[in-house]
Formats: sequence, structure tokens, C-alpha cells
Amino acid sequence: MALYRSHVLVCGGTGCNSSKSDMIRQRFEEKIIEMGLDKEVQVISTGCFGLCEEGPIVVIYPEGAFYSRMKIDRVDRIVEEHLFKGRIVKEYLYEESLDKDKLKSLNEVDFYSKQKRVALRNCGVINPEDISEYIARDGYLALGKVLTEMTPVDVIQVMKDSGLRGRGGGGFHTGLKWGFAAPNQADQKYVICNADEGDPGAFMDRSVLEGDPHAVLEAMAIAGYAIGATKGFIYVRAEYPIAVKRLEIAIGQAKEMGLLGKNIFDSGFDFEIEIRLGAGAFVCGEETALIASIEGQRGMPRNKPPFPAIKGLFGKPTIINNVETLANVPQIIINGADWFRSFGSEKSPGTKVFALGGKINNTGLVEIPMGTTLREVIYDIGGGCPNGKAFKAVQTGGPSGGCITADYIDTKIDFDTLTDLGSMMGSGGMIVMDEDNCMVDIARFFLEFTVEESCGKCTPCREGTKRMLEILDLITQGKATLEDLDKLEKLAINIKNTALCGLGQTAPNPVLSTMRYFREEYEAHVLEKRCPAGVCKSLLSYYITEDCRGCTKCAKQCPVNCIEGSVKKLHIIDQDKCIKCGACMEACPFDSIIIK
Amino acid sequence: MEKVNVTINGKKISVPSDYTVLFAAREAGIDIPTLCYLKDINEIAACRLCVVEVDIKGRPMRNLPASCVLKVEEGMNIRTNTSRVREAVRTNLELILANHNRECLTCFRNGTCELQKLCDEMGVDDIAYEGEKRRPILDQVSMSIVRDSSKCILCGRCVNMCKQVQGIGILDFTRRGFETEIAPAFDFSMADSPCVYCGQCIQACPVAALRERTNIDDVWDALEDPEKFVVVQTAPAVRASLGEEFGMPVGTRVTGKMVAALRRLGFDKVFDTDFTADLTILEEGTELLGRIKNGGKLPMITSCSPGWIRYCETFYPEFVENLSSCKSPQQMFGAIAKSYYAKKIGIDPKNMVVVSIMPCIAKKTEANRLEMQVDGIRDVDFSLTTRELGNMIKQGRVDFKKLSDENFDLILGEYSGAGVIFGATGGVMEAALRTVADVLTGQDLENIEYHVVRGLDGVKEASVVLPVDGVDTEIKVAVAHGTKNAAKVLDAVKAGEKSYHFIEIMACPGGCVHGGGQSHVSAKERLDVNPKVSRANALYAEDAIMVNRKSHKNPEISKLYAEFLVEPNGHLSHKLLHTHYKVKKQYQIENQDDFEELIRK
Repeated sequence: MALYRSHVLVCGGTGCNSSKSDMIRQRFEEKIIEMGLDKEVQVISTGCFGLCEEGPIVVIYPEGAFYSRMKIDRVDRIVEEHLFKGRIVKEYLYEESLDKDKLKSLNEVDFYSKQKRVALRNCGVINPEDISEYIARDGYLALGKVLTEMTPVDVIQVMKDSGLRGRGGGGFHTGLKWGFAAPNQADQKYVICNADEGDPGAFMDRSVLEGDPHAVLEAMAIAGYAIGATKGFIYVRAEYPIAVKRLEIAIGQAKEMGLLGKNIFDSGFDFEIEIRLGAGAFVCGEETALIASIEGQRGMPRNKPPFPAIKGLFGKPTIINNVETLANVPQIIINGADWFRSFGSEKSPGTKVFALGGKINNTGLVEIPMGTTLREVIYDIGGGCPNGKAFKAVQTGGPSGGCITADYIDTKIDFDTLTDLGSMMGSGGMIVMDEDNCMVDIARFFLEFTVEESCGKCTPCREGTKRMLEILDLITQGKATLEDLDKLEKLAINIKNTALCGLGQTAPNPVLSTMRYFREEYEAHVLEKRCPAGVCKSLLSYYITEDCRGCTKCAKQCPVNCIEGSVKKLHIIDQDKCIKCGACMEACPFDSIIIK
Repeated sequence: MEKVNVTINGKKISVPSDYTVLFAAREAGIDIPTLCYLKDINEIAACRLCVVEVDIKGRPMRNLPASCVLKVEEGMNIRTNTSRVREAVRTNLELILANHNRECLTCFRNGTCELQKLCDEMGVDDIAYEGEKRRPILDQVSMSIVRDSSKCILCGRCVNMCKQVQGIGILDFTRRGFETEIAPAFDFSMADSPCVYCGQCIQACPVAALRERTNIDDVWDALEDPEKFVVVQTAPAVRASLGEEFGMPVGTRVTGKMVAALRRLGFDKVFDTDFTADLTILEEGTELLGRIKNGGKLPMITSCSPGWIRYCETFYPEFVENLSSCKSPQQMFGAIAKSYYAKKIGIDPKNMVVVSIMPCIAKKTEANRLEMQVDGIRDVDFSLTTRELGNMIKQGRVDFKKLSDENFDLILGEYSGAGVIFGATGGVMEAALRTVADVLTGQDLENIEYHVVRGLDGVKEASVVLPVDGVDTEIKVAVAHGTKNAAKVLDAVKAGEKSYHFIEIMACPGGCVHGGGQSHVSAKERLDVNPKVSRANALYAEDAIMVNRKSHKNPEISKLYAEFLVEPNGHLSHKLLHTHYKVKKQYQIENQDDFEELIRK
């Protein structure tokens, strides 16, 4: 095996990739060859580093230099200076990684220091397309241990003891789930990895698959051994081409090395994995819809019970675990349940990956122990809201969750605390909102998503969410009455009570939680026909301030001739005629037209 | 079955552990509203009208579960009549109405609509939500079936009827969310899809989203026309269902009232398709014996059911040659009425209008097939369903229940018991066996009830040993009803696993008694009564009281051959009573390649 003095790790995650990290990597390779360094320096494409806001990211070891917001034209200089002359190009480094000119290790950077990486431990560390790098990081050790030293009952017991709960949304105990499927006698059982990540803004599963695909394969094989399944399916969105490609490579390599296939580790245990591509329907993340989709049926949920552990894929006992859940499994097997319970909270042990997005400085993926407070996540790790704006609320759990307001910022995050606040963990999306966000508009945004993604099977979800959306439209247009607010709430409760699947039952959550915490904003829209955050277009008015010099440009631009005023005199907008197109505001050279 | 104890609305009850809450409640005398639920066929818990409040040993279930799929558990406490439940049911009904074409007053299902009834019962007295509606599609291209998506409530009953019961799957959910529709693939018209027009989807539909294409006004026009001599024929199964249109119990036999009503409506002659059912037995029986003796294509398969014919032509083209060349009794009737009978009474067949009352919607399309005419004159002019006749009788203001029984007109109204049982699955086979056995043994056999081919088993098999040319031969027969069962039999024959001489196939489960044109029986009524059984019983009862129970003993049939046709399968029979079939493409499109490209996209 060749030895290199330096390693250039280029993020090959989807985020950085879409900012041309693949071309950056290519340029590194070319330049390194040009400089004759290719025997000394190796370039590796890794999975996601998590700090997507600062991407594309390049880290050079052994120094651990963290180059952020990389551009192709910076590559040559880094190769010439850093790799050739040994001088780190400080001006290209991530600002936070410098402490008075001294390079900080990645673990000391605020964004990473509070994190605890279990599911993401290999993301940004190894080359996901090389199984030997995974093995070097104790990969397949857990599978070996399970197959040679443990009985299926032992494995399930360890999982139960660990208290690992499903990271896909529901938070159901993984060990229990496996325990339900194990005793069912059947000629075939299945393990499904749910990689149909669909919450807007959540991408932790993608990162795991892109950065550490073998961890998922290994965990599936362990699960297969535990419940007596010999076949696994990974249901992954077709919109994740990099993840799919790396999974394919990983499955191929694992098969070649005998880590998947027949008689793994000479134990007599067989396990195969196939990939199934989802066509992008959000509802296919619901386990019964997902099963229907793999079976070749339309992806519609069915009633539970029977649960998949009893009657799942093709009518056989099946367990379905989410990607992040699975990524924890090998670590738990190697380090034990007590180790896993040593972080996190009592009822929610371990860590959780959150996707930070919205009005926050450090957009990206963070993995934190359960029980970390929202404040730590948003301020210490996320760096707070940009431009010094005030934090207003955070939406957790995506379109199925709810918002948590500034009043609850010291809440310790885990499955149960979030549920108590009327939100939920969901898959771990966290969308931060500041004072400029209208909560009615936010609720509308999420509801629009669910209306679009409803499968159309049950009445309350198909018809009810649409009617809710229509009422929200009226509210944002200032056409609603207080009666409509009651109707909205009544519909929301009915959908929650009677919808068939989790998607429908949780669809009203964004509305219910914003109504609970921001009722006054709803009422302002209804009673005063005013959007306090200044977002809802229909409720805005354009005004000309005293700064007007009377240049008449606005009046000339106005398509409905509703601006009165003569040269060098203050102009006035006729509010009754104004269509709120904004043309006047654009035309004004003195910024004297405002919206309020 | 092990029993569990549950409490429903305070009442303690012990029920088998495989019961759903819905059934447990029924046992306790409590009615839970349902709409998408169709027992054993559509149990998808989609409409959310059967929701209940439940706690198990004091632990409340999180939401309001659907009782149609929720299994009982020991210690369950179920409440069906709380304000929370009533409110939920009403809201979900209101939501269905918000996206429904609410033209109840002018709707074909006014009075038989299950949605309308529930809205009434649950006190929905206002349109709570107005807003956007799904795009409306009115597909009335086909001669048989109309699909009106503006009335569809997406319960999925038709989908599973077609897919699970009939094994075809023309209809399915398309698009998603608020735009969800139930439609044929790629928005094809029903007419261009491989729909066989069994009409079972219409039987499943709780509203008027699926219905027959009506010909009532065509028939009124003919009756009004002084130039026209209008004769009507009634299929055997109609007499077992028509009474339901007037609130009589399912399966009430109303033969005499039906004849009386038809006379009141103004038909010049009221005849019976049973007459040509008897004729079919002679033609088909002769054909069968011919095939057996002369090494013809076997098994021979019946051709009475036009839904089955379409199914065969579309899905099993390799069996087209196995089909009996006999026209169906409906068509034979038209051909005989417009030749033999017209001549007899001295009427120009061009001025004769033949109307048929059928339990079937495929009959409408069959009557319009190009093959179904003789010398340019169509055998049958208009085919009405049992439901349409019910409507006509109401429009004609005939007080059906008060009518006294009347008899069919001679001569095409003469029939045997064998003709009557054509309407139930196995009936054609039994009728054929009665005649074939007599013919081959040369005796007038007394033991004529073949119970082995009766009943609702999907595929029934029987064998009889009869002398063929003096050699005792085992004649093996099979009976299948419903296209899914037809497929089973055909696949077994194709695979060489089974061999038969003669197979009876009816497209509809239960045979014509449960045809797509019969009276609607709501999903709720079906929990108490099986229309397939009740109506078949009515036919077997009529057969049992007939003096003449064998087709070849029908005196008018004998006369028909003596005076006109000469012999079964003879020259004139072939011209009038036999036909041919053609292989049909599944989707009627110009260029199959285009379509395959469409599928690939």
C-alpha cells in the first residue's frame, strides 16, 4: 500500500458537489501531477463535513487545515504553497478555525466542538468508495462480532438495552421492533432501509449514504441476522444519484470481500441487499407505502395493524429502519449499550443529527447528544440568526412538526420534550425563523407541501388539508374572518384525529402549533388585515415617505396611475387603486418608497 | 374461535377474536356508518367515516381508529356515539361533499346513493366547505358504461372490485393528493381500455360515478312510434332483481308483475329471453356433441355472456376458437323475432323494434356489434338494464307492487325451467346436461338437478358418463363465474393441468343474477344478504315449479325447428343464430409502439 505524506479531502457530498467540488477535486489532481507531487499527496473525495454553509470544503491532513468556500482558482495556490512549500494559505481557511493566526483542530471549532459524531463518524473522514478505509475504521467488526460471538437473541438484547429509537420520525424503539419480527416464523423475512428522506431541508440520510455507505450495509446485515432475514432492500430516492452510486459501489465491494452474500464469515449466514429507487413521493417514506412501492404498487399507506414486523413486504415479516438509525447500530454492537447510553438523555439515548436551515448562520448538518438545548444548537453551533435579527422560532420535524418559540429555547431536545411542545423530532430538520418570518406564511408553506404530497387515499388528508390551505390563503390575503380561524382549527383537529397514516395525522401540526404560539399574528391578519412580519403581499401597502423629491419617476412607472403629485412635490399613492406590483419602489432613486 | 370481551357504548359483549370493531358493534346492535367498506372486497379504511373512540384496558388510543379494519382486543372499550365521533364523521362527510358534484336531484342514483343516505342520517344540513374541485371527466364514449369523475368519492370500491374480484384492474387511483382520480391507465376512455363491461364496478359504486349508458328515451321513442311494432324480451335474472327497484326484498321473484308492467308500458308483445335460452341449449348442445364426435376444438366454452366474450377476445385470444359459435340468447331472440316471428304475424322486420331487459351492461355493446345483424337488420335494437326498466316503470307511473301477475305472450314467451336457471352460475351447464343426457341416453331422465354445478364456488367441476355413439364416455365439464375464476380455469387448461369437454363461463361473479345491470344493493345491505344467493334461489324456485324443465321439451322450440329452422346447427341456424369472434387489442390505439413509448415514459 502506498504511503502519502499529505491527504487532500475534498467534500463529495451533494451540497458541495453542486458547488463544483468535483471540479475542484479534479483540479487538485491535475495540479498535483503537474507539480510532481502525485506520489506524495493523495486526493480523496469524502462524504459531507456538515458545515454546508461554508462549502465547498477541502481539508488537508496532517495539518487539518480547513479550507472553506473553495473555488477552483484557489486550488493552484494551495497546491503550490501548502502542499509544495508547506505554508498553509491562511486567507483561504475557515475563519473560525484560526485562533490568532494559530490553526485550531477541527474539534475545537465551535461548529464541531459541541457535536458528538456517531452516525456521521466517518462522513468527511474516509473515502466512501473504498471499503478498506471503512474497514480501517473498525468497519464490519460489528458484523464479525455478531456472527461469530453472539446469538440473534443477544443482538436484540443489546439493541433493547441501548435504548436506540428510530431516527426517521416516530422514535420507536429499534430493539423492540427487531424483537417483534424475530419470533415470527416465515420462509422469508426482510430488512428494509428507509432512505426515502423527504422532509424539506433534511439531508442527514443522504449524507450518511454518501459519506459512509458501508455502515448502513453492515447494520442491515446485523439486523438480518437478528431477525432471521436473508434479504435486504434499500429504498432510496432517485434524486440522490451520488448516494445511489456509492451504495452500488459499496454493495459490490462488500460482496467481493464476502461481507455480503453467502456464508458471511463462515457463519452459515447469508445476506443480500438490493437497491430500490423511489420516484420522489414524500408519502413513500411512510413504511406501509414504502412497502407497497417496493412491491410495485402505488405508494399508498395501509392501515396498521398488521405491522410490517408481522406482515410486511410481500406479506412477510419485515423490519424497516431509517438510515441514521442503522448507522448507529455497528457502533452500539462494538462499544456496547452502556457506551451508547453514556450520552443523550435517559429516554432518548445517543445522538441525533439535525439539519440546520433557514435563518441561521451555519447552515448544515450537526450531530449532537440528545438533551442538548435548543439554545446551544442555534447559537453555539449554528451561530444564531444572520444580520443580528432576533430569533423567533424554530420548526422541527419538517412538515409534520411544529414550531418552538424563543420562550422554550432552553428546552433539552429529545423525542419526548419536542412532542410535549406540540412539535416532534421527525427526521431532524430544524428550520430557524427570525423576526422577518410570518408564522401564517410558514404554516401555509408547510401545508402546501403536505397538500402536494398527500397520496389521496383518505378523506381527511386529501380533502381536509386542501380546505385548510384555502383558508390559510384567505388569511394571508386578509379575506378571512374569525369564523374561518375556528373552521381551520376544527379541520386541523379532525385531520389529526381521523387521517389514516402518519403523514395525514401530523399534517395539521404546523398550523396547530403556530396557532397555539402565534395566535395574535393570525388575528392581526384577520382583524386588522395586517401582516406583522411584512411578508404577506396582499396585506402590504406602499407608502411614499417625506424623502420624496418629487422626481415623478414613480408616477410614470405606475401601471394603474395611482400615484398623484406634481414635480418637486411630495407624491402620494392612492391605496385603493394600488395593485402592489412594486414598480414604483424599484423606480424610486431616493429609496423613499416603503412597504408596511 | 377464541372469544374476547369488549364493551361497546357501555354494553358488554363477547365476540370472536377475529372480529373487527365494526362487526362487534353490529353484533351489539350498533350501526357504524361506512362508505368505502365493501366486505371482503374493499377494506382499505380510506373514507374515515367508521371511526370510533377506543381505549384498551383504560389506555386511550391516540386517534380515532377506523372500525372496519380494527380488530377487537380483550378489554377494549369502544364508543361510537360521542360528540367527538359524530363531529369527525360529519366533518369527513362535509369534506367529501365539498369535492362532489352535488346535483342529487337530477342524479341517476338519487334514492340509491349511499353518500346521500349517510348525509341524511348524520344530519349534514349545510355545505360547510366551498372551494376548488377536482377536474371533472365525463367519459360516455362506451355504449355500456359512463364514468363521471365529478361524482366519484374515491372510495376505491370499483378499483378493488375490478382488480381483486375480477382480476382485471382497468381502474386504479391516478395522480395524487387533491388531484387523485380513479381512472383507466393514461386517461384512456373506458371504451378504449380493456374493460369487459361486466359492470361489477357499477355494482360496487356507492354513488353515480359509474353507471350504465342509458337508453330509456330511445325505448320511449320507439313505443310512441305508431309505425313500430315493439317487442320486449326479459333475461332470466331480471325477474329475480326487478322487485328491489320497488323496495321489495333482495331476490323476490316478480316474473308475473314484470310481465304486467311491461304491458302497461305499451310493449306490443312481452316475450322471454328464456325461450332463446332453450334454443341456445339445442344449438350449443348439438355443437358440443358435434365437436366431441368429430374431433372439433375442445373444450367448448359457452358464449352467452358478452362480458366473458370481451374478456376472452382481449385477454385469452388463444381460446377464441374454443368459444361456441352460438350467439347469446339475447341475440338469438332478436334474430328469431325478426325472421320467424315477424313472418308469422306478417310484420316487416324493418318495422319491428326488439328491446331487451338485461341484468347486464355488456349486452348494450353486444347488441351494437357489427356481427349481430342479419341481412343488415340488427337483431336487438335497444338493451336496457334491470335498473333502467325500474326507472321506466316509475316514469310510466305504474304501481308495480299492486300489479297482478300476468303471463308472457306466445309464442316467444314459452320457456322451460332450464331456460330460467341460465341466470345463475352453473345454470347453462345444468340446462345443457339435462338435454344432452336425454339425447345421448335416448331417455326422458327424471333426475335432472345437477347440484354440483350450483352454488358460489369459484370453479366447479363435474363429470357425467354418457354413451357417445354407443360408447360410455366421461364428459368432463367445468363452471367458472367472474373473470378471475375464468382465468384460473383457462390457465389450468392452457398448462395442460386440466382437460374438459365443456366449460361454462360467466363474466359476473354469481352469474347474471349479479350482473352489472341488476339493482343496486348497498354495502350495508350486503352485510345481511347475499344477492347472488337470494336471486339464484329465486330462479331455482321458478325452475322447480315448472312443468317442463328441459329445453328440448319446450313445445315452441320443437315447432320452431319443425316449421322454420329444420334442425339445430343447420343452414338457417348458422345464418341466424351463430356468429364469430375476433381478437381485440387491450388498448385501442392506432399504433401500439406509440403506446409502449408512452408506458416507458
